[in-house]
Parts: sequence; structure tokens; C-alpha cells
Amino acid sequence: MQIARETLLRSYRAMRTIRDFEERLHVEFATGEIPGFVHLYCGEEASGVGVCANLTDQDTIASTHRGHGHCIAKGVEVAGMMAEIYGRRTGVCQGKGGSMHIADLSRGMLGANGIVGGGPPLICGAALSHKTLKDGAVAVAFYGDGASNEGTTLESLNLASVWRLPAVFVLEDNGYGEATGASYACAGSQKARAGGFGMPYLECDGTDFFAVHQAAGEAIAHARAGNGPVMLHVHLARWYGHFEGDAMTYRAAGEVAAARADHDCLTIFRTRVTQAGLLDGTELDDIDSAVRDEIESAVIAAKQAPLPEAADLLADVYVRY
Amino acid sequence: MSKKSFRQAINEALRQEMRRDPRVIVMGEDVAGGHGGTSGTVDAWGGVLGVTKGLLTEFGEDRVLDTPITEASYIGAAAGAAATGLRPVAELMFVDFVGCCLDQIMNQAAKFRYMFGGKARTPLVIRAMFGAGFNAAAQHSQALYPLFTHIPGLKVVVPSSPYEAKGLLIEAIRDDDPVIFLEHKVMYDDEEEVPDEAYTIPFGEANLTREGDDLTIVAFGRMVKLANEAADRLERQGISCTVIDPRTTSPLDTDTILDCVADTGRLVIVDESSPRCNMAADISALVAEYAFDALKGPIRRVMPPHTPVPFASVLENLYLPSVEKIEAAVKAAMGHRVPEIA
Amino acid sequence: MNASITPITMPKFGLAMTEGKLAGWMVRPGSRVKAGDDLADIETSKITNAYESPAAGILRQVASDGETLPVGALIGVLAEDDVSDADIDAFIARFAAEFATDEADGQEAAPAEPTVIDVKGRALRVLDLGHGDAPPILLIHGFGGDLTNWMFNHAALADGRRVVAFDLPGHGGSAKDVGDGSPAFFAGVAIDLLDHLGIGKAHLVAHSLGGAVALALAWQAPDRVASLALIAPAGLGPEINMDFINGFITADRQKTIQPVLGYLVHDKSLIGRKMADDILRYKRLDGAVSALMQIAATCFPDGRQADDLRPVLERGGIRALILWGEDDEILPVRQSGGLPPAVTIDILPGVGHMPQMERAADINRTIGTFVAQ
Repeated sequence: MQIARETLLRSYRAMRTIRDFEERLHVEFATGEIPGFVHLYCGEEASGVGVCANLTDQDTIASTHRGHGHCIAKGVEVAGMMAEIYGRRTGVCQGKGGSMHIADLSRGMLGANGIVGGGPPLICGAALSHKTLKDGAVAVAFYGDGASNEGTTLESLNLASVWRLPAVFVLEDNGYGEATGASYACAGSQKARAGGFGMPYLECDGTDFFAVHQAAGEAIAHARAGNGPVMLHVHLARWYGHFEGDAMTYRAAGEVAAARADHDCLTIFRTRVTQAGLLDGTELDDIDSAVRDEIESAVIAAKQAPLPEAADLLADVYVRY
Repeated sequence: MSKKSFRQAINEALRQEMRRDPRVIVMGEDVAGGHGGTSGTVDAWGGVLGVTKGLLTEFGEDRVLDTPITEASYIGAAAGAAATGLRPVAELMFVDFVGCCLDQIMNQAAKFRYMFGGKARTPLVIRAMFGAGFNAAAQHSQALYPLFTHIPGLKVVVPSSPYEAKGLLIEAIRDDDPVIFLEHKVMYDDEEEVPDEAYTIPFGEANLTREGDDLTIVAFGRMVKLANEAADRLERQGISCTVIDPRTTSPLDTDTILDCVADTGRLVIVDESSPRCNMAADISALVAEYAFDALKGPIRRVMPPHTPVPFASVLENLYLPSVEKIEAAVKAAMGHRVPEIA
Repeated sequence: MNASITPITMPKFGLAMTEGKLAGWMVRPGSRVKAGDDLADIETSKITNAYESPAAGILRQVASDGETLPVGALIGVLAEDDVSDADIDAFIARFAAEFATDEADGQEAAPAEPTVIDVKGRALRVLDLGHGDAPPILLIHGFGGDLTNWMFNHAALADGRRVVAFDLPGHGGSAKDVGDGSPAFFAGVAIDLLDHLGIGKAHLVAHSLGGAVALALAWQAPDRVASLALIAPAGLGPEINMDFINGFITADRQKTIQPVLGYLVHDKSLIGRKMADDILRYKRLDGAVSALMQIAATCFPDGRQADDLRPVLERGGIRALILWGEDDEILPVRQSGGLPPAVTIDILPGVGHMPQMERAADINRTIGTFVAQ
């Protein structure tokens, strides 16, 4: 499938932004300036971006606790995200959500989610909205291998099939639910689970943007056409711990290093597009440099941004009370 | 205006709001009558107690949705749909089943707006029946409104009559926040005059079902009816009571409660929910903090014991507040020495 | 029963009243009263009202202050000096026994209830009481009111005469469409109602904005009007208390509506929670508030009354009576000035905007006499 040049440039920029955003957070978190905890998406960029390249602002996604990548891929503004993670009033959630609750409904981003398995039921609802309002949009649930075992996820696969919803379930399988391997925690096969609920199953290499883009395109087109839900199983590797500060003593020495060396989605993308003559290296270098500046200024702005005010504590619990 | 049952009042509220606003949809177990049966009968049930009967035939399958018996997914779907443009009314059948979907209510719907910095609206209504009195035993009889009241971001409605139910449900459907709407299962056949037109009753304004000088009774849901009966009996014995139906436990009309306690100086709270951390405890604390000087004697609470709801009628009757227990509590609060009612 | 003993029973004020509270005797036991003297204050869930003695005699009290009793229960007796205590006691015992039996048998006739009728495609709630050869009376309530505004008057005026009360469009139990909201529009609806009920000519007894409706009706169709009895009518001057109008429209809670309702009456203690509840119930019906807004926009643009209906009275030809509370805080009593001498004007001291409730007995007597002429 031919991908438009603009889509390629935009997608590379999104992947690079996620990478730099997360790498920078890794550094900044260690300084103690960032409150709470963060879960980094490094290494998984091609998945979120490859899926979201097939979506518009009218389409809805729900994300996970590892949500920064999905937010950026769906177009949430980076400076606002950074400010949010720093707990600032200028953050996309005014400093009241933090890393795990970044949402921007105007971009069809229904929120990162602090609850494993929280997203799939919500996505059934978003898909129901799209179906009922006949707006032609689809809803996509990102969930991990850990969440794949949650009752909420399994119920949602069933409900989406029963209601024939325009929903896509993107299983981002990075091999670990926190510190427990998917090989231990996930019985049977994901493919059989999809089949058990009567929905098509696709899988792809999540470090290859083109593979993800191709598979997600098929899945989303199927759902958008009114043919019901699809499961897309994306195979990935997580470069950092479950959360920042996790020493990953449960992973074999060299596992992450190998992933970084051989399965870096950005390297794979650059090689592919330059060899095929789709883009040239300087264009990508320009993006790298622009993104570096963007992240740098986002961090500076976030550190200088005002903190929430006392009155904010009581605001926005309700629309009206 | 005509006499309508609690069940009809709720059905009429749903119907009128579905006519008024195409974004209003209804979902739940068997609410569209039950699909996939072998009889071919359309709209066989209308929910387990027939509350939604007839909606399917008027509004069709796109807006009246039977769900599988999977509370987490469909309550979560209702939350997600509410955040993305619909105004779902989800029926949770028995409120006791909230154990299967509390995350979707407590961590998702209730918190979207605050977590997302005020940018989300979640116009979701979850209807559920509650309460003891039907020998439905421990897993189908609880009065869990304090549990929801505890959660910021939720509004909680406990209607006490058909008139109240219709107006409060229409208000709930038009409200932009998630609302838990709890219907006492013993009241579905209660009847009273209910306007044919659509109307609303605002949240957070208590209703005084009667006004008296000697003592204030605060009661919730079906307990309002019992409190009124007790107040009738007491009136004939020369004790005149104000009876407050707060209508909503969240928001709670604390001003009216405090004003009435200031006027009467005595307070009895009738609460069908389990006694620890319930509404009676909450209101007692409120009055102790803000109206202590007005109190002429101890606050009395009429509540079940700290046990699951029992099955056998003899035990269930012992468990539940009753007119007699309320009457005795009022007299005790008035300083009369009365024998304890088992 | 001893013919020389007159029972004094709990009166029935309005349809919904099933019991009343004897708020306080106004006459000491053993005092002599004449017919029409105020005997006691009776408190209903809506309002407190004086109960006038139906006969002359010496009062013997049966019920005490503060007691709540069903309608029809004995609260006292009137008897002359020559009736012995034993006879009175026997009378009271017999009455109590018979009353208890009647109550148990449910012998009391079901009270007349308002019905909603279709008048030229418009739903109107109507209460039609009484029969007789005399021309009927049509009762027309004011802004934000409904037919229960006549609860203390309707039955009294319907003694030997047909008296019809109805909810104006936009009010009470009638449909909420108010057209352009003008007095002329409401007058047209009232004529439709008279047609529907087969009434050729009626005495119009009207209150406040209803007064302007009555005047507009008299202008449009003078041959349908036997007389005009107008209580604090609109249409006779520009001033109107817009704090009341706007407050009535916007207040949506007990706490906000009660002070607004206070403008209606001289004795503010008459405004209770139940009265406010009834008004809030009406206002919470879909369409009610927008109907009131439409009426206010048409009738009171820029905070003044738009319709000057004095020419109706100046034209003459229809007998007219005007009753006005001296302390009216909604429409000032001075608007009753400067009218043709043929118009009878009765100013009531110590009364606000609701004379038909505040001085029900006086108003009933005055209007009864006026329409009987």
C-alpha cells in the first residue's frame, strides 16, 4: 500500500516526538522533579503511530497507563502534556490528572487510564456513540497483554461482537504485565480468543511502522465499514521498566539491549524510507532537530509554568452541583 | 394528571426524554425484552420488572439495547458513550451487582471530569433497584446509596414516590454528570397523581413532606413513607414532626436539615442502609458539628443492624426499620421512656 | 338533633383539603357571636384563613387550639342560654358517633375534580361547579396562578349558580402554548371556552393579569360579558413590580421563591412552604417558564405594562366592580383612580395583592352581592 509522503513525515515526527519525550522524562524523572510515577512507551512508538495514522480526530481511542505515546500519536499537544506531567496548571488536565490521565476529547483521545483493562469497555461505548450517531467514525482500544486477561477486556470483546460495534482492539503485547511474563499469565492464544468471540484477528510486528500501518488499516477499514470489531495483536518490546525506577531484574541480561539494537522502530523506518527513496535523510534529520527543540522548550515551559491554585482543588468535580 | 405507579412514572420519564432527545438511549439486561428467545415474542420482558416495557417498540433496537449479562462491559460502555456524545440510561437491575462494575462507575465515569481538567461531560444515568422487603436475601436487597454518595463525581438520587421518581429521573437524564438513580423494589406498584407532562425536580433540594414543631425526621426512599406513617400516628399523640426527604444524597441539602433541626431541636434519621458510614452517620456528624447548640437531646437513628440482609421474613422484618421502630425512636428522642422494639 | 344547637365543623377550603388545624380560636368560650363574626383561624397545608360563624349564639368549644381534625369534624357548638349543658353534651356525643360512622362508610360525596378538556385543539384544565338559572361566572386567575387561586371563593360563589374556573394557557394543568402572550390572546381562549361550555354571557371575576384578560374580552365581545368584577386588575396603569415578575420567573428553589411570593400578600406569614411547593411544581413542568417569559415579554416590556385597557371601562355599557388591596405590592392601588364614576371601587385596608385569599369572606360577599344585582 502506498503511503502518502505527508503521512510518512507526520508519522516519523510523531514517533520521534514520543521517543524524545519519553527519553527526556526518563532523565528528568531521575532528578526528582516530576511527581508521582510514569510508565514509558519507548520502543513501542511504531504501534501507536501506525494505528493512529489511520484515524482522524473524529475517531476515538482509549489508552492505558503507558499512554504518552498514544496521546502524541493522536495529536495531543506536547507542551500541554509535559506541563501536565509536571503537575502544572497549564497542563492538558490543569495538573489534576497527571501522566496516567492525559485526555483530549477534542482529539478523540478518551484518556490514558490508570486501571488495567479500563479502556476496552469505554471503547465499546465510544463505538456505540459512533454507530448510533452514524458519524462514520471508529473507536480503538489500546490494551496490553496484562489487560488481555482482565474480565473487562473479555466482556468487551463479547459485547463488541454482540452489538457489531465499529471497534478495534489493539493488543500491544510487550511480553510483560508489570513484572510477570505474558508467557506465564496469558493462557491459550490471543488468536483463539478473537476467534472465540467471532471477530477477525490480525497480528503484526510492532517495531515496523509499515507492518502496523498496513494491519491497522485493514482492521480499521473493516470496522468502519460496519462489519464489526477486529482484534489486532501487535508484538512489541518495552525498553524501560513497568514504571520509572523498575530495575527490571525479572528480565534476562541483554534482552533490552538487543531490542534497542535490532528492533528500534525509528532506525527501521529510516532505513526503509531512505532505501526506497520515499524520503531523504536530511528531511528526517530536520525533524529530529525540530523535535529536540520542541521537547526542550516543552520542558523549560513546564518547569516555569504556574502551579495549580487552591481553588482548583474544588473545581470541575461536577459540571454543576 | 392521573394516578400512575412508580413503575409507570419511570417508564414515562424515559419515554418522554427519548422522544425529546435522540441522544438518549437505554441499555441493560433484558431492557429490550430479551433477544434471542425461541418464542419470537418481541419485548417479552421490558427489564426484569417491566419498567422499560414498550420502549423497544417505540424507539427500536438502536436506542433500546439488550446487553449480555456482563455489567463491567456495558456499564463501562455507557460511560464511554456518555463521554462521546450519547446520553445513556443504563439499567443495572439490582444495585448489588455493582460489585461487577464498580471500576467503571468509581474510577472511570465519576472521575473523567476532574482527571481531565474539566474537559469531559459524562451525562450518564445508571438506574438500579435496591432495598429489602422482598425476601431477596443478601445479594439482592442492599441499600447501597451511601457507597455511591461516598464517591466524588457521582450524583445519587433516591426517589420516595412516583411523582418524585418521574421528575428526578428527567432531571437525571438532562444532567451532564453521572447520576446513580436508585429505585426501591418494594415501591414499583405504589401509585399517586403524576403529571402527564415532562417536569423536573432539581437535585440538592430536600422536600418536606410535612412540617411540625417538635422533632425532625430525615428519611430516604421508601423510609419516607414509613416516616410519614409514623408521624401521622405521633401527631395523634400530640407529637408533631417535620419529615425531610432529601431526595438526593449527593448533593445533600444540608441547609434544610440544619434549619429544621434548629427549629425543632430534635432529630431522628431513618436509613435503610447498613449502619456503618451510612447517611444517618453522615447527617449525625453534620448536625453535631453545625447545629450542636440547637439539640435538646441525643440524635436517634433507625437503621438495620450490621448484618447482611437475611432471607426469612421473620428475620427480614427484624432487620428493616418499621413504622413502630420510628415511632419508638421519636418518643425516645422526645425523652419518653419506651420499651425497646425488637 | 336539637334544632337550637348549631354545630361548628372543620370547614373545607378548596378541593384538596381533607383536614385542617385549628390554629386558634378568636372568640372566648361562652361569648356571644353573630353570624359572620370571625370564629377561629383554620390552617390548611396552603394558607391560614379565618372561619366565620355560620349562625348566632353562645360558643362552646369542642376542639382546642392546635388540634388537627378532618373536614366535617365538630370543633364547637353554638347554642342559646336556655339549652342545658346536658343537652349540649348529648349533642356532641351523638355528633361524634355519627361523624365516625359517616367517615367509616366514606359517605362524603367525592369532591368535584378539575378536568382537562380540549377546546379548539387546546388542552384547558377546568373546574365547573354549581347550577342555577342566574348567568354563570367565569373566574380568570392572574400571572403564574391557576384555578386553585379561587379555592376559597369558587364553592361559595357557586351557591345556586354555575361558576367555572380554568387555568389560562401556560398555567396549571393547561397546555403551555401561550401564543403571543397578550391579554387579547387569552381573551380569545376564554371566549372559546365559553363557546365550548355553551355559555352565552358570563360575569367575569378576574384577578391581576386575569383582569386585563377580562377587560380585553369585554372589548372584543361585550355581548358575552354580564359584568366585570376585577380584583387588583392589570391594564389600568403602567407600573408593575418587576422584582416580583422576574423573581417569579427565575426562582427555582424554595429558598428563592418564598421571598418573591411574599410580595403577594400583606401578612407574609401566609406564605408557606406548601404554597411555594405548588408553584415550583407548576414551574418545573416543561414549557411553564418559557410561557411565563413570553407573557412577561409581551405584557410587561421594559418593566411597564404595555396594555392600557381603561378605554374598556370608559366606554361604559358593562357594570364593573373593582376590588383592590390597599397594600398591594404588585400593582399599586392608585391605579384604581380616575375611573368613570359608574365603576364601583372598593379599597381594602391591610390587604395585599391577593384579596380573594387574604379576605375571602369579604370578597365572596361583595362579589356575590354584585353579580346578584
